[in-house]
Amino acid sequence: MTPEEIAKVITTEQEARLKYKHHVCVCVAAGCLSSHSDQVKAALEAEVKNQGREQDVHVRGVGCMGLCAAGPLVTTKPETLYQEVKAEDAADIIASLDSDPVKRLEGPASDPFFTRQVKIVLENCGVIDPERIEDYIAAGGYGALQNALTEMTPAEVIEEVYKSGLRGRGGAGYPTGLKWSTVSKASGTQKYVICNADEGDPGAFMDRSVLESDPHRVLEGMAIAAYAVGASQGYVYVRAEYPLAIQRLQNAIKQARRLHFLGNDICGTTFSFNIDVRLGAGAFVCGEETALIASVEGRRGNPRPRPPYPAESGLWDCPTLINNVETLASIAPIIRKGGEWYASIGTEKSRGTKVFALAGRVKNTGLIEVPMGMTLRDIVFSIGGGIPDGKRFKAVQTGGPSGGCIPEEFLDMPVDYESLNKLGSIMGSGGMIVMDETSCMVDVASYFMEFCMSESCGKCVPCRVGTAQMHDLLTKITQGRACLEDLELLEELCDLVRNTSLCGLGQSAPNPILSTLKYFKDEYLAHIDGKTCPAGVCSIHKPVEVEA
Amino acid sequence: MWTEFGSTTPPSDDVRWRIVGATMRRHGHRPNALIETLHTVQETFGYLDEQALRYVAAALRVPLSQVYGVATFYHFFNLKPKGKHTCVVCTGTACYIKGVPALLNAIEEQHGVKPGETTADGNISVMSARCLGSCGLAPAAVLDGEVVGKLTPNDLIERMGKWGKNDA
Repeated sequence: MTPEEIAKVITTEQEARLKYKHHVCVCVAAGCLSSHSDQVKAALEAEVKNQGREQDVHVRGVGCMGLCAAGPLVTTKPETLYQEVKAEDAADIIASLDSDPVKRLEGPASDPFFTRQVKIVLENCGVIDPERIEDYIAAGGYGALQNALTEMTPAEVIEEVYKSGLRGRGGAGYPTGLKWSTVSKASGTQKYVICNADEGDPGAFMDRSVLESDPHRVLEGMAIAAYAVGASQGYVYVRAEYPLAIQRLQNAIKQARRLHFLGNDICGTTFSFNIDVRLGAGAFVCGEETALIASVEGRRGNPRPRPPYPAESGLWDCPTLINNVETLASIAPIIRKGGEWYASIGTEKSRGTKVFALAGRVKNTGLIEVPMGMTLRDIVFSIGGGIPDGKRFKAVQTGGPSGGCIPEEFLDMPVDYESLNKLGSIMGSGGMIVMDETSCMVDVASYFMEFCMSESCGKCVPCRVGTAQMHDLLTKITQGRACLEDLELLEELCDLVRNTSLCGLGQSAPNPILSTLKYFKDEYLAHIDGKTCPAGVCSIHKPVEVEA
Repeated sequence: MWTEFGSTTPPSDDVRWRIVGATMRRHGHRPNALIETLHTVQETFGYLDEQALRYVAAALRVPLSQVYGVATFYHFFNLKPKGKHTCVVCTGTACYIKGVPALLNAIEEQHGVKPGETTADGNISVMSARCLGSCGLAPAAVLDGEVVGKLTPNDLIERMGKWGKNDA
């Protein structure tokens, strides 16, 4: 497509939109779909016909609006948000379009949950129809790709990404510009770009929401990355557990090929790039880049030692760029508005915004995007709306099974890569689980260790055996059968597994134990000495006195 | 290295093998299409049995041991048929915090099966998922393909009760 053709699509779309007086948007991402937003959408469409409003009311499906707990969500105007809408409410919603909104359904559109977010990655989520490429183009989509291909050299693209200070959003936080530059300098005629959408962390659904709500943004990011590093083939490695995301992604790839944003001679230049989808099959370890590569090659997802890094020798031994969904979704805005603009958001070492999946014991569960450096307190109590049912906050868990639990006294810490590391947790991919006094921290540590134990690929001994031993010790503690020596042994094992495991899974597996031991040691001691579980979660069998 | 590969004709004249064949053709019968092919077999037949594994191994020229290795490595693949109804309970962190252990206990009490097991009459398979990504609706489960959120043990037992006994 030429710039003129893109401009034409935008005008046609805008004209089509002006035809209607009202736009009723229904969330059709997985969260709302599982509370039957498809039925709500069908009912609204039927009601528009019923009330004879086909000429001036348009019902559209859009991506995730964020507040998943209150779904299905419907908006009629920017300031009117309806929550927990049922098919029966359709008539009232359509009838009220020209007057005051329906009071009983009104949601908190002006709540801090919406007003305090800064949306870059999610700018189109809940706004555009994820199944129509024209919607994405009308929102400025593929403009960055067009611009990069016709106005910039690959080196300039990399320079812009470098200037933005963007760091890998998969969790490790490696500077994206540096990674791109390494791959672009690597020798070899065949190079690959892989999008890591194997979102394995339990309690994280950011990547899924982006793929379901705005798939073209990820494809555009991949195409720009491919141009910058000199790759001609890309893969999106996505979990098979996300059928809707896969379907929307495949649909998006087809549409992008049709309009020559993918395939040969992209945007009228000589640049060619293809994207294929590869399905994961439920192995957490495949989020690790070398394991992911093995899986794309059709083998067991066993990691291998690095170096050589995939940037030099990756997929089929060719230089390979692997970036997470959120990282790639940040690329188009960076190219569009410049690296300096992006770098002006966030903190000194962590630039830009981060998407979090806020869940657990918090009022507003859902998807949020905040500037780096916002405090945990703001996220949990202002955006999240605090703890429901009058319970007391206990901890917030970030980083999934590789992260840690952060207690109340650190709630005022700014959220960025360095601060979280200092607290013994990690940024991770963005899962943020809030826990209240009803959670037992030893039980939580044991839950994560069970996860790591069963997800360990078994290749290296420290991880395979160590996680099993640590899980046994934690089980002993939660059952009230442990003594203080067991706790010492546990700490020793943590140290050993962390320092000797082959890949990130094993190296970070002890984090949940270490962080809970650091901040909630009293709970461990209560299980061991007092044989009680302070939160009342663990069922401790009191020893029966045996008469001699 | 010399490896003997089995027959590359489908195990039966079931027309569904054509769907599997189409996937392999799309990938040029390259060995790296193994995972994609196994996905298609499972989608088409519901699970991977021995004859399917042997056929895929032969057709893609991958040693059977490697096919078996891949099929057992990934949690998504089932080597046994599923029950008539399936209940996939999410065991992600958000769901766990909000009471999944109680749901699993209730299922075990009522139907006598743990995650990964199928009732003796083949009616209900109970499975656990690492995370459905429906954390806003925790605790959640997928009942016969439909995601149901904000479950209590009573809700879940009632919904599963409607599946009755296997009389087929």
